[in-house]
Amino acid sequence: MSGASQLARAFSAGDSVRVRDETPSHHHRTPHYIKARRGRVVDFIGAYLNSETRAHSGDGLPMVPMYRVEFDMADLWDEYATSSADKLWIDLYEHWIEHDTRSGGTGR
Amino acid sequence: MTAPHDRGGWPVDEPIDRDEHEWADWERMTQSLVGVLGAKGIMNVDQMRRGIESMGQAEYESATYFERWSATIETRLVEDSVLTTEEIDKRTQELRDRWGYTE
Repeated sequence: MSGASQLARAFSAGDSVRVRDETPSHHHRTPHYIKARRGRVVDFIGAYLNSETRAHSGDGLPMVPMYRVEFDMADLWDEYATSSADKLWIDLYEHWIEHDTRSGGTGR
Repeated sequence: MTAPHDRGGWPVDEPIDRDEHEWADWERMTQSLVGVLGAKGIMNVDQMRRGIESMGQAEYESATYFERWSATIETRLVEDSVLTTEEIDKRTQELRDRWGYTE
């Protein structure tokens, strides 16, 4: 989207990240089952209007960087038995993720 | 507590019903109304979702897909002072009376 190139980005492809473990009362699209979980940034996918403020009749500005983040399915679901190689890709606003300072990268 | 719409991973008693159904007329009208409200800048998709998410668990669980859409339309129209709850209720009662709908 326009304006994405000059926007400062906090994350790059390959970064290990942890999803914030928060449940604000306002509208948000980050599902509960990835909160506090660790994953990897697949890519920066653009800057988008902030749906969390637009939902409450704000203008959605400033635009927020969005990242595609990969999780190991086995890390998200107990007794996940389909394939240890299965991944979940989910698009997250920048303010929902933080750099994972723990070594190892994935998991809880 | 996890809100009722945020249901990924919730256990269910029976398999999810994936069957398609014939749309009722009111469901088509509801779909059309969402399009109109979007085009007129009265309800965007985020406002629509927020209205559904604020229904409350019992009402959310008992409502069908398009009943949730209908509920968020009402929330948004009242919030934006397009209609009042009283106007909506009065009109609904008129239609119930006209069609002999007593449920």
